[in-house]
Amino acid sequence: MSNFFEANLPYILAGISVGGQYALIAIGYTMVYGILRLINFAHGDVFMVAGLVMVYTTASMPMFISIPLVIIATVALGFAIERVAYKPLRSAPRMSVMISAIGVSYLLQNCALYFTGGLPQIYPAIPFLSKSITIAGATTKMVTIITPFLTIALVIALVLFINKTKVGMAMRAVSKDFETSQLMGIKINSVISTTFIIGCFLAAIGSLLYFSNYTSVVPTSGGMPGLKAFVAAVFGGIGSIPGAVIGAFIIGICENIIKGLGYTTFSDAFTFVLLIVILLVKPTGIFGEKATDKV
Amino acid sequence: MLNEKKNKTNLYIALGLLVILYVFLILLDNVLPQNNFVLMLVPVLKKSAIYSVVCVSMNLLNGFTGLFSLGQAGFMMLGGYAYAIFSIPHEQHAAVYQYFDGGAIQFSIPEALQNVLGDFGGAFVGSIICIIIGGLVAAGVAALIGIPVLRLKSDYLAIATLGFAEILRAVFQWDGLGRVTNGSNLLRKYTSFSAMKIGNFKIGTLFPFLIATICVIIIVLLINSSYGRAFKAIRDDEIAAEAMGINLFKHKMLAFVISSFFSGVGGALLAMYQTTIQAAPFKSAMTYEILLIVVIGGIGSISGSCIAAFLYIACNEWWLRFLDSGQFFGLSVPFFRDGFRKVVFSIVIMVIVLFFSRGIMGDKELSFTGLINKIKARKEKKGEVA
Repeated sequence: MSNFFEANLPYILAGISVGGQYALIAIGYTMVYGILRLINFAHGDVFMVAGLVMVYTTASMPMFISIPLVIIATVALGFAIERVAYKPLRSAPRMSVMISAIGVSYLLQNCALYFTGGLPQIYPAIPFLSKSITIAGATTKMVTIITPFLTIALVIALVLFINKTKVGMAMRAVSKDFETSQLMGIKINSVISTTFIIGCFLAAIGSLLYFSNYTSVVPTSGGMPGLKAFVAAVFGGIGSIPGAVIGAFIIGICENIIKGLGYTTFSDAFTFVLLIVILLVKPTGIFGEKATDKV
Repeated sequence: MLNEKKNKTNLYIALGLLVILYVFLILLDNVLPQNNFVLMLVPVLKKSAIYSVVCVSMNLLNGFTGLFSLGQAGFMMLGGYAYAIFSIPHEQHAAVYQYFDGGAIQFSIPEALQNVLGDFGGAFVGSIICIIIGGLVAAGVAALIGIPVLRLKSDYLAIATLGFAEILRAVFQWDGLGRVTNGSNLLRKYTSFSAMKIGNFKIGTLFPFLIATICVIIIVLLINSSYGRAFKAIRDDEIAAEAMGINLFKHKMLAFVISSFFSGVGGALLAMYQTTIQAAPFKSAMTYEILLIVVIGGIGSISGSCIAAFLYIACNEWWLRFLDSGQFFGLSVPFFRDGFRKVVFSIVIMVIVLFFSRGIMGDKELSFTGLINKIKARKEKKGEVA
């Protein structure tokens, strides 16, 4: 057992780190699904755009300006997407909104393709995060250690925000019952916008951490992490924030252990096996509320 | 009575147009000069015929049965691979499967038939058999996947089918199956459209259209049958459909399997068109593309899907090319560079999704008599004004 642990330590560390990054994306999915009942297919691409914005801003300005700028740009993008692509379809069937989300994802990917010219963009090294360190004989980057702590801190802050503040209460109310909360005087549109802003803020931070581990950003690099984060959200019980975080960590760690065992081809497929198993065994996810109309 | 007559006129017009189209395609291959125009037109026509099959099959599931499935790319990949694996000629096995000792399957159906039926007959019949095998493999896998997946609804179904497509892609890229699937390497050298010729008489462009026509006709007949009506009932209201005695699971499964069969056929045709096949491009992005074509054509309209497939492919590969070239009517425009076409294209798609969500045809079908009446009405109006 200890042998296994020692041999796989780099993979487990990488798994925890990637898990934290997935968790930050997954929260965006789970919150939007909780409120709008919409799989926001564009969320992964928003994450990718955050990476590209970072590449372009660091080329012309110092890091301490570009990082806040990335976060602001990502949040603005998320807000704009919601207003332009989802708000007009509020009363349309759910599938239309989903198709619109797929359309946005297609648009973002094509725009990224246009601006990058299809070439991988080298992600800048963020001084503190990219520093190499050695833990128990495994060499890794600082970001690996920081990610889980930062993720957990952000999640605690978010849970407090949702449980203690008035806006948080409004969010909970809207996710319980869309129409009734509207009748109770909650401004639906501002609640939904807030949800997208929080989701995109976390995705921007996730992208800073995620891409620090990789050398470059390509227009399709948002797709897979996006889908995996969604699976994490379903696994944890969609609508539940702690569930999404735990699901993301499980997926991140398992995926990297599978890579460590030499089945790299199957590391992506595993996520979907997990999804199908959870949908069949416990469709509401591990922390999901019991609902009658979900599956 | 009147309606029946109208339907018959429509049918005759459609058949007439089809014959004209076929003759045109034969002329295109054999008689017409191979100038730039023809060289652009031929691949666009072939690919749009293939995409029509795939889009119509997706429409059968998403538009007519109301099952929002996103597994199309996976089933296309199955069909394409099955086709390629069974039609690589024997002497090419060593070259194609160079990393896997010449592969596990050592025969080729078109080749075996060529010994009996001659060059053209063997290639023609053999590739049709392989295409059907491709469809059957896709349908078989769909039947297995359907058992767990079809219990899910709406977006859960979508994400589960998407997941299965990704799993299939991973399995096909796995080296453990390399002796059959060639791992993540290309499969090539199998029978393609260029083999479709009798002496010097080529039917390479006609062939995908023939198959596509047959597939679309079968799907139309299915939709107009009692099964089709059951599918529509399930789409409109599951509970009501069940109350009317429709076996939900059986009909959903039927729609899923049939749709996958035709996706597989489409995948096999795509493999013939590309002359090489690899698992990597069959990503979820491909499914999204097909879904967007279906939406442009109108969810629930077969003719809409066919028209949209042609428009999409033609715009994507031909008409909007100038957006990438940096030139616009001789003027050089700096932002017209690689990829701009795709940006314009996706903006158009977003506009359609947001403001014209019914697409080109809505849920109606193209009717020639209706079209003629409209044109007549317009002419009469003009006449009155004059």
